[in-house]
Amino acid sequence: MMRNDWQRWICYLSLALSLLLMLLPLPVALLPLRPWWPALVLIYWVLEAPDRVGLGTAFITGLAADVLAGALLGDQALRLVIIVFLAQRFRARLRFFPVVQQSAAVLLLLLNDSLLRWLIRAFAGLPMLPLLTWAAPLVGAALWPFVFLLLDALRARSRTRES
Amino acid sequence: MALSREGSTSLFAASPGGTLRLAGYLLLAVALMMLDHHNDWLPRVRNATALAVEPAWRLAGMPARWLGDLRETLAEKSSLRSENRKLRDALLLANVRIARMQALVRQNDQLKRLLDAADSLRMQGQLARVIDIDLDPYRRRLVLDRGAREGVRVGQAAVDAHGVMGQVIEALPNTAVLMLVTDPSSALPVIDARSGVRAVAYGSGSGDLLSLPDLPINADIKVGDSLLTSGLGGRFPAGFPAATVVSIAPDRSGSYLRAEARPAARLNRSDQVLLLRDLAEPMGPPAPVRDAGPPASLIGPAPAGQVGAAPPRKTAHAGTRR
Repeated sequence: MMRNDWQRWICYLSLALSLLLMLLPLPVALLPLRPWWPALVLIYWVLEAPDRVGLGTAFITGLAADVLAGALLGDQALRLVIIVFLAQRFRARLRFFPVVQQSAAVLLLLLNDSLLRWLIRAFAGLPMLPLLTWAAPLVGAALWPFVFLLLDALRARSRTRES
Repeated sequence: MALSREGSTSLFAASPGGTLRLAGYLLLAVALMMLDHHNDWLPRVRNATALAVEPAWRLAGMPARWLGDLRETLAEKSSLRSENRKLRDALLLANVRIARMQALVRQNDQLKRLLDAADSLRMQGQLARVIDIDLDPYRRRLVLDRGAREGVRVGQAAVDAHGVMGQVIEALPNTAVLMLVTDPSSALPVIDARSGVRAVAYGSGSGDLLSLPDLPINADIKVGDSLLTSGLGGRFPAGFPAATVVSIAPDRSGSYLRAEARPAARLNRSDQVLLLRDLAEPMGPPAPVRDAGPPASLIGPAPAGQVGAAPPRKTAHAGTRR
């Protein structure tokens, strides 16, 4: 019971933190490379705690991100829901991949998302993104092992705390 | 517990309920997007959630502020000294200029009085700090730390020491969102300081340049010309430096010129901005008078003071383009 509470807090805190990370200023040259933090954190929680994080959490997180960024409402919500759905679907395999292979899978998920993002912007008539944004999934995939290990360590600590 | 559930499903198949829920969420998201895109919902939603949004913005802006403070503390003595010297020189120069300006202002005042014009140099402003966060980086917007509670209103123009920066497009209780002149939906009426040609400078979304499309092919605009705000439209006060022309080329059809200009304001480096209070007298053409027809005096006895009263102030969003 205790552990469940603790884990839930870690989960929600990490999601909130990922939203704040999205707002963090970067030098203009690096802007297009900004990794999509909420997606990474959500994928981790889908893999490790599927009972807690599902499509609903993804939708609400995306909506919060949209409101915070003042962008088109529903854009990130839609993309996060799709990412989480795919991650759920392949969860059984993804979970037992070594971390490097997981990174590759995350790269695919994020590339698919980039395509979707491009489509949504095209439909909404928003200005096109610089070409460099297509490299953002690479950054996200490169960061995946660190996100994974960090969150795993936090969760492990919660486990020892409980015992 | 999770493993046992795993065993019951195959490696790929998701439960049909999952797909159904996916479809539901997707529909919801698409509906939201369409509503937002067409009705411009977001400001209202954001006003409702301002209580949560503002602290998040401030929280996200904190690391940048700490970094800035740290840099200031760690700055070397010699660099401080040289900076000090440079600032002193600049101050001297500025003082000289101010002295000259004052003479000009005095002269201008006298001329204005001669012309029986109202004293229109009453320009008031309010300093605001930029909260250093990126909203959507592809729309050029800044978050300021002054909001409606401090009297910031939508439509106020913002300037820095070098020129016009943009206008306030959203005033939350404690913060405000500033749309820079380089934002793709920004339009700024300008006038060429050398030749007097009028034009509209649009933000170009990509890069830090303004674009002036659809200039007449014989327009007298040259590379290096400085553009001032013209004050037409009544949103930006007249006479502020706006941009410098960097390139001119015929557009694709060959029947118009297309110029690009670099904004005069230091959009990327400004830490503080000055929000101008609305001018006492809106510049530009007066709003068209509504009641056409015979003057009221011909119809009947009009109440004194109504005939010839100043036309209502123009409040249309002259400076925005959606």
